[in-house]
Amino acid sequence: MSGREANNRKKEGRNRRQFLTDSARGLCSMGLIGVGLGMYGRQAQSHAPEAIRPPGALPEKEFLSACLRCGLCVEDCPYDTLKLAQLTDPVANGTPYFIARDVPCEMCDDIPCVVACPSGALEKSLDNIDDARMGLAVLIDRETCLNVLGLRCDVCYRVCPLIEEAITLEIERNTRTGVHASFIPTVHSDHCTGCGKCEEACVLEEAAIKVVPTALAKGSLGKHYRLGWEEKEKAGQSLMPDLIKLPTRRPENSK
Amino acid sequence: MSSRKLTAGSAHLVGQEAIEAKGYWQTYRLLILRRVVQLSVLGLFLLGPVAGVWLLKGNLTSSQVLETVPLSDPFVYLQTLFAGHPGETTMLIGTAIVAVFYLLVGGRSYCSWVCPINPVTDAAGWLGRRLGIGRKVSISRKLRYWILALTLILPAVTGIVVWELVNPVSLLHRGIIFGMGMGWYLIAAIFLFDLFVLPKGWCGHICPMGAFYSVVGKYSPLKVKASNRDACNDCMDCFAVCPEPQVIKPALKGKDKGIGPVILSPNCTNCGRCIDICSVNVFEFGSRVANQMENQP
Repeated sequence: MSGREANNRKKEGRNRRQFLTDSARGLCSMGLIGVGLGMYGRQAQSHAPEAIRPPGALPEKEFLSACLRCGLCVEDCPYDTLKLAQLTDPVANGTPYFIARDVPCEMCDDIPCVVACPSGALEKSLDNIDDARMGLAVLIDRETCLNVLGLRCDVCYRVCPLIEEAITLEIERNTRTGVHASFIPTVHSDHCTGCGKCEEACVLEEAAIKVVPTALAKGSLGKHYRLGWEEKEKAGQSLMPDLIKLPTRRPENSK
Repeated sequence: MSSRKLTAGSAHLVGQEAIEAKGYWQTYRLLILRRVVQLSVLGLFLLGPVAGVWLLKGNLTSSQVLETVPLSDPFVYLQTLFAGHPGETTMLIGTAIVAVFYLLVGGRSYCSWVCPINPVTDAAGWLGRRLGIGRKVSISRKLRYWILALTLILPAVTGIVVWELVNPVSLLHRGIIFGMGMGWYLIAAIFLFDLFVLPKGWCGHICPMGAFYSVVGKYSPLKVKASNRDACNDCMDCFAVCPEPQVIKPALKGKDKGIGPVILSPNCTNCGRCIDICSVNVFEFGSRVANQMENQP
């Protein structure tokens, strides 16, 4: 009797040990797969800056949690601008993007890609394509831009769907010749949609103007910064009306 | 018949008896029908981009029928939900339509009748049987449920729909429509894994999508039924062709214990291969309630 009991207990011990090792094995392999997948997912969050999301795309992290990768936006894009990322593309697998230099966004008025999106990864609240912010064009290389060199190329300015708003030509003195003007293409972030027409049209071998993710292109002022001239206008007067008048010190015989 | 099997040894071909007894068509008709359905689903999606006929738009994860009826994969939706994205109304409707459909016809009918990976793993299984390659490793068939849990926990923790970055099911279907690129390597890897490492390895052990659809079809009314189980001659052909052979035994051999004749396991893919391959017509499609009828005094 006691022998059998001991035997049973031994068996129980073995079963318990078996259970514990099995569980440990299962948990470890799950942990391994989980860590691998998790790290790959984290990696997938950073994508190549030349890969631009469609108009209305949520911020990248939210976009990756919302996009179903169904390709409805791609199939409804009338200009074949959008494509779905393949496994080794520098964009999260299966998500839609475009390369502005190849095919830019034509900024359709009815925004069919946003209408097609079933998941809300492309926000339906975007109803005016001019409000899209796919990225921001930047005159990224002033050393090769023909306009900066003093020519009147103007192509990026001419093709801009928001000409005179998103891109203006700012006149600067051409210091090389001393007698001419340079018409510098200048992008304004409050109007640029990041459609990439300028980048596509740039006549150089490698575009001097490029669309990059807005976060990459924009600086941001410290939250406590105030621009004196704006504050002055808001207040209607100088913020320091009683500023003390300092005496002018100049040599006595200077005047 | 058994003597022939003995003398022929490994040369015994699965399905030979059925072909002799019922003819080629009766032995393969559900398989052929399944391939036709799989190709049609793919073809309908391809018709748009290739020929400009938009009957079905999108891909298996989300689509539109005739530009009106939305369809969405509930597994992919669940992942985005766990990642913190509740989704839009159209997608919810699409998800509900698909979920109810598979609830009715058996969750894993998706696996055998729609999934594009199925022909790949079926091909590996067929070639493996032909070449006599057995299993090299042993993995629990429960692993897929753990991976299923992982594919839902990870989005909740990281906020990224992690599985859809690598999910070969969506990758293959999307790839055929939108371009595969290097994705073929992943599909080749699954084929080789099923062929050389573990037969029925991907679909039967690892794929969380299959696990999810098992859960969806837990109480599905449409089932395979071993109605004629008394006629079974133990040729084992059904076990050889079944992607989930463990589901057959209780229904086929459980008469003395009062189990069956309906295959109740949610892992059964309703592929119907056992129905065709059986030379004595043991199996047929039926309803799950047949069990209660059978076991009533």
